[in-house]
Amino acid sequence: MFFLLDPFFYEIVISGLLAGVMYALVALGFVLIFKASGIFNFAQGVLALFAALTLVGFQTGQIPFAHLLSVFGFHVSHWGSGFPTIIALLFSLLVMIGLAWLIVQIVLKPLVNQEGIILFMATIGLAYVLEGVGDLMWGANVKELNVGLPEGPSEFILDTTDMFIDKLEISAAVVAIILVTVLTLFSAYTKMGRALRAVADDHQAALSVGISLETIWWIVWSVSGIVALVAGVMWGAKSGVQFSLSLIALKALPVLMLGGFTSIPGAIIGGLIIGLGEKLFEFYIGPMIGGATENWFAYMLALIFLLFRPQGLFGEKIIERV
Amino acid sequence: MKKLTIAAIAASMMATAIPASADLAIPLLSYRTGPYAPNGIPYADGVEDYISMINARDGGVGGEMLKILPCETAYNTTKGVECYEATKGEGALVYFPLSTGITYQLIPKATADNIPIHSMGYGRTSAANGKVFSHVFNFPGTYWDAASIIVKHMMDVENGSLEGKKIALVYHNSAYGKEPIRTLQELSAKHGFELVLLPVDHPGQEQKSTWLQVRKEKPDFVTMWGWGVMNQVAISEAASIRYPMDRFIGVWWSASENDVLPAGDKSHGYKAIAMNRPGTDFGVYRDIQKHVLDAGNAAGAGDQVGSVLYSRGVLNAAYLVESIRTAQKIHGVADITPGMMRDGMENLKIDQARWTEMGFENFTSEINVSCENHGGPGLGAIQQWDANSGTWSLITDFVGSDRAVVDALIEEDSSAYAAENNIADQCS
Repeated sequence: MFFLLDPFFYEIVISGLLAGVMYALVALGFVLIFKASGIFNFAQGVLALFAALTLVGFQTGQIPFAHLLSVFGFHVSHWGSGFPTIIALLFSLLVMIGLAWLIVQIVLKPLVNQEGIILFMATIGLAYVLEGVGDLMWGANVKELNVGLPEGPSEFILDTTDMFIDKLEISAAVVAIILVTVLTLFSAYTKMGRALRAVADDHQAALSVGISLETIWWIVWSVSGIVALVAGVMWGAKSGVQFSLSLIALKALPVLMLGGFTSIPGAIIGGLIIGLGEKLFEFYIGPMIGGATENWFAYMLALIFLLFRPQGLFGEKIIERV
Repeated sequence: MKKLTIAAIAASMMATAIPASADLAIPLLSYRTGPYAPNGIPYADGVEDYISMINARDGGVGGEMLKILPCETAYNTTKGVECYEATKGEGALVYFPLSTGITYQLIPKATADNIPIHSMGYGRTSAANGKVFSHVFNFPGTYWDAASIIVKHMMDVENGSLEGKKIALVYHNSAYGKEPIRTLQELSAKHGFELVLLPVDHPGQEQKSTWLQVRKEKPDFVTMWGWGVMNQVAISEAASIRYPMDRFIGVWWSASENDVLPAGDKSHGYKAIAMNRPGTDFGVYRDIQKHVLDAGNAAGAGDQVGSVLYSRGVLNAAYLVESIRTAQKIHGVADITPGMMRDGMENLKIDQARWTEMGFENFTSEINVSCENHGGPGLGAIQQWDANSGTWSLITDFVGSDRAVVDALIEEDSSAYAAENNIADQCS
């Protein structure tokens, strides 16, 4: 119990939990789509990148496809100083909803009733296409993202506890709590939420009772796009918006393995356990074994959980009778 | 009409099958896509714009036009090797892949194929020993030079002594990031400072524990060997824990505008080592503007001109163009082969008068490559970021590394490589 006396212990616990919230924000997008359609959306990380790129584009007044236009002799890159953040956010939301409609019409609709693996492969293709389109639309340079969220260490916490806790991460935690509450209530208590769950259970049965699969998929991909926008904003505010943002999906995978692919609270709890576990391990054990343990330790932790609960902490247990 | 169409298709196929002219081919293994694209794009733009300028202004080199063979690697080593295999048969004069991983893979291949590699300030450091690595050049300086010059600067800040001080190395957990460790260990023993190693896994988007270690260890200085998003996150995290930016010094691959801009004002005062002066007040930029940008022939969107990595791309291309010129002089032919290009690189000499003629007045240090020394003078200057004006400025002169330490390490590592691969002295 030596670490309880370590002045850094409490700081690493808080930092780990806050990092876990950031992971959970990404994992939420995966859960929503998997829960409603049984699709493991490989493109979720790229959706977050695309959403953040779009937001910065609207904020800075960037003209989409400017580089492509210059090939045809139109040398314009910006139309003005851009929209205020709130307007840019609203337009980005609309873009994500429009993108969801396009994905359903072009990618998913032709694949109704196909095997899950085929839908998964389609999302791999979608990820690469979206990344390319994002590059063509907004360019690949690093973009600063400022949506007015407080950043830097909290003075109050620093003065009272001597701990450096980033205000941006506290904001992310608050946003995640609000998101999870709204999504849980939506899923459990609204007619649409019940329809989403019905589609997840059985496409054909849902169709037979008059639920429009197309509309349900559009809604769920739109909600997932909005979650991706939130995740993109939080991560992009930290490191700038750039193409490596799509790799944050890698951080969500152990969270999903641990929390289960179908549970919204599972994504949060899984995120917290992964965030806390990897930070404690890296801080206390990492230096003894050469460091850089966070990437693999998160997966190891998830695999250990899978030994005892193959469906994840909150995942639905699959029982197939023969 | 049908016959005419078939004839036209056949003619166009013939035209693509037979090279139109004997242009000098320069393969550009670049990365304009993927997570490291923000760094790959300005570098590739710099190379392409300089070569376009040489073609437009001078009609190529020695009457031979230069032709770029672009190939996208996405900073992926496997793709880099594929690019090499795909382009080497097209008369490729030299490879410069902007990736330590790809460079390591190409060293034995290119040597066997008699094609030189220019890994400018990256790649395998001990390749500076031309007696062992006949086809690899890493001038104007190596990672070990950079590590030594950074430590020298720390000593200057500490009034000449690092005895009892602590230096943390935050590094990309890859072959690239691990390169300076050996040198820093030697320098630690020599100068009496404690070295703390803090690896960060690819891509480096999450570094909370690393910077908590920094808080715990309380190093007097932090140096960084990062690339891509790792740099931006590290600078932001350092600012978050209020680590003094003027004690945080990056290698030249952690030294671009991309690295400091996302952190905004908080990155003010961050330092890094530089190979050349920042800015655009040089003749070469005026020529690029006149012959390339104004003519509408910019390689990219034209928005990278003058950035640190664009300038480095321009410098890389300038070394290669001058090497072609040298090779043409040595061999008395304009249409040189890759083997002749190697000779040109090995005999490259550029003094300040020649740099000025080339439009690079006081831009970088003089260079004098030889059979034994492929690493160049190993000079570097420290630049500092001013977040208010959004500019870098040099705060020191170009200084040399600790040759006693660096040369001994190069000799040790290259000798081991020579013994493993049965390589005899290439200069005797």
